[in-house]
Amino acid sequence: MIRALKSLAYLIVLPALLLAAWWIASTLNPSFFFPPLPDILAEFPVTWDFARISAHVFPSLGRLAIAYFAAVVIGVLLGILLGLSRIARGLTEAILEFMRATPPTAMVPVIMLFLGIGDTMRVVVIIVGCVWPILLNTIEGVRGIDEVLSDTARTYRYRKTGRLFHLVLPGASPQIFTGARQALAIAIIMMVISEMFAASNGIGFQIVQFQHQYSIPEMWSGVILLGVLGFALSRIFILVERRALAWYQGFKANTDLGG
Amino acid sequence: MSEILLSVEHLRKAYSTPKGVTEVIHNLDFQLAPGEFACIVGPSGAGKTTLLRSIAGLLPPSSGQIRFEDRVITQPPADMAVVFQEYGRSLFPWMTVGRNVAQPLIEKGVPKAERERLVADALEAVGLSANANSYPWQLSGGMQQRVAIARAVAYEPRLLLMDEPFAAVDAQTRADLEDLVRELWKRLGVTVLFVTHDIESSIYLSQRVLVLSDRPTEVLADIPIELPEQRSQLETRMLPEFGEYRARIYELVQQAKRGARTGSLPTVR
Amino acid sequence: MTATLDASRAAAGGVPTAPRPRRGATPFRMPAWALSTIGVVAVLALLEILPRVGVTNAKYLPPTSEIAAALFIHLQNAAFWIALGQTLTTWFTGIAISVIAALVFGSIIGSSGFLRAATSSTVEFLRPIPSVALIPVAVLMYGTTMASTLLLVVYAAFWQMFVQVVQGMRDVDPVARDTTRVYRFRIRSVAGRLVFPTVLPYAVTGFRLAASIAIILTITGELIIGTPGVGNLLAVAQTSGAVPSMYALVFVAGALGVLVNLVARLVERGLLFWHPSIRKEAS
Repeated sequence: MIRALKSLAYLIVLPALLLAAWWIASTLNPSFFFPPLPDILAEFPVTWDFARISAHVFPSLGRLAIAYFAAVVIGVLLGILLGLSRIARGLTEAILEFMRATPPTAMVPVIMLFLGIGDTMRVVVIIVGCVWPILLNTIEGVRGIDEVLSDTARTYRYRKTGRLFHLVLPGASPQIFTGARQALAIAIIMMVISEMFAASNGIGFQIVQFQHQYSIPEMWSGVILLGVLGFALSRIFILVERRALAWYQGFKANTDLGG
Repeated sequence: MSEILLSVEHLRKAYSTPKGVTEVIHNLDFQLAPGEFACIVGPSGAGKTTLLRSIAGLLPPSSGQIRFEDRVITQPPADMAVVFQEYGRSLFPWMTVGRNVAQPLIEKGVPKAERERLVADALEAVGLSANANSYPWQLSGGMQQRVAIARAVAYEPRLLLMDEPFAAVDAQTRADLEDLVRELWKRLGVTVLFVTHDIESSIYLSQRVLVLSDRPTEVLADIPIELPEQRSQLETRMLPEFGEYRARIYELVQQAKRGARTGSLPTVR
Repeated sequence: MTATLDASRAAAGGVPTAPRPRRGATPFRMPAWALSTIGVVAVLALLEILPRVGVTNAKYLPPTSEIAAALFIHLQNAAFWIALGQTLTTWFTGIAISVIAALVFGSIIGSSGFLRAATSSTVEFLRPIPSVALIPVAVLMYGTTMASTLLLVVYAAFWQMFVQVVQGMRDVDPVARDTTRVYRFRIRSVAGRLVFPTVLPYAVTGFRLAASIAIILTITGELIIGTPGVGNLLAVAQTSGAVPSMYALVFVAGALGVLVNLVARLVERGLLFWHPSIRKEAS
């Protein structure tokens, strides 16, 4: 009981203090750019009513979901192919590393050349931005599969599908999840960017609108909303990862992997 | 039915490195009859593992061939199972023990009912029925190796290859596992080829010990072991014949380390 | 048991016991660098031919030679080099601020279990907030000056570095720390001989991660907010429809990214040559 209370205390105390400080500071000393926190919070339900949510939040999340899962599928499939073929990997490695190092935002104008400013452009922007960590981590994961496991599958004459689903995919999955986690952060960034840059709906678009109209409390409420979304999505990811990699937690804990 | 299950013919295995050609196996010949239990010993680095992996079909020969059930081996053949030394790394950590044992049968297409029976029987034979739903990494080293053995047994192979399987377990566990393997061999009638560096184990376990030379490896000596069929760790190892075999094979391995080749042994046997 | 423990550990999946022979020696294996070169040359050649042949629209994808020409023009233009300098300045300033702040806060918070626990929920909430969400705030407060982009850069890079430093502090062996207490080491010695070597690998990893994210956000800020720099040149090229120039600048951005990663890896190797292993990134 005491332990639970202690955990709860650790969880809430500092955020509460910070919120209180923000509240007090912004109320006592309001500036145009930093309106009192109570105002922002009061605006929240008014600003983000169901109409606005369905007009902006749902489309944003929808594009994010489509693009992210597409990036996962593409990244994992290509990653497996490249991971298994030394030649293919050698040919493409330099290019892939270059693409990974390129700031994804820089690709936005190029993508706009091809796709204009529609929804397709926005989805493609997210995919192009976040596929690299998945792809490169999948390659690494496939390559890192234990030789002994691989030999075992060979001696027991696993069929091609068996190897794929029972050796390669599970074996690479911890590394794939690492890539997917990095990709999620990038996907959110690209979603926001694509909407701030050239869009007609979306959270990013809405925030920029507010900024243009100098509706400051509303703008802040949008920023907070994005923060909450980013946090919520990362939590969901952690839950999914924990479920999928339950075996890996145990395996790591009980085996000396030596880095 | 052929009297020869496995035939290694003029096997040669060499690698090209930047520095030149390294010949690991030079000219290796031997045969196994069905139901035999043979051990392979030799100095370290002699290519015992390379030999086993070639027989398993994991490595293509540089020249010569290996025939199993009268067919030339080009890739891992059916009816053959391998137990590796690194037990921890040969069991799939994302599968339970039961699933690990079942998976090769799933890949082979064995129907569910029969598969479940084979898995249950195999786990019982190694004494791990209670652990079917555990994960490999929850078990001790000896138990993990028993899972690997159960997996091989459930597969119903005709030839069981074992590559120093007990090198990394403690002595007591090793003794238990040795007895387990012998018992399984007798019960199932499977042919076993067992690679080890432990001379006493090789004598205790087998009917025949093949001593390999150092690189480039060939068969230095082929020694039949005439000890009683019923063996026990304590009594069998104290028999005078056991001591004689041990001395002989130990001497052969020492000669191998000093560079002895097949034709050049002073007084063999 | 201890003698066999190492062997069983090795067998259980750590250090390989003996090198496993490869699958048969192939007569000729093309070295990796040759394959990479072939790949790059092939792509460049493809990008040269396809637009000329008409498979892709030359307006959207100009041939490599045109892009190279545009790049060359940029390289001869003072404005380009000034912009490059501005990008690097922003990046460097952002990194410097983030690294110092993260080292300070990270060491303080990381050194105490209480502080770590108390700040954990806050950090876990603030960390995933996309720093680009702050773009409108930045624009309002700082317009198109460097400070705007710096806000983005510092926010994102700080967290990368901070998390690593805290992890490093956590990793300080409590037994070793107790030993220093028993032998009454001075604070300076504890810091220098125990804490510093433990935290250093983490800090260097954090630096590498922070440096990459910093260059990404620098370019982003320049592109979207309009802070002077390579990103801004790209925005200008886009509005004026100078397509080869756009591609050339995207290439420059990529080269900057590669350069930053290289510098970070060199720093890592230089500072950690003594370390037995390179630590994997945590999260």
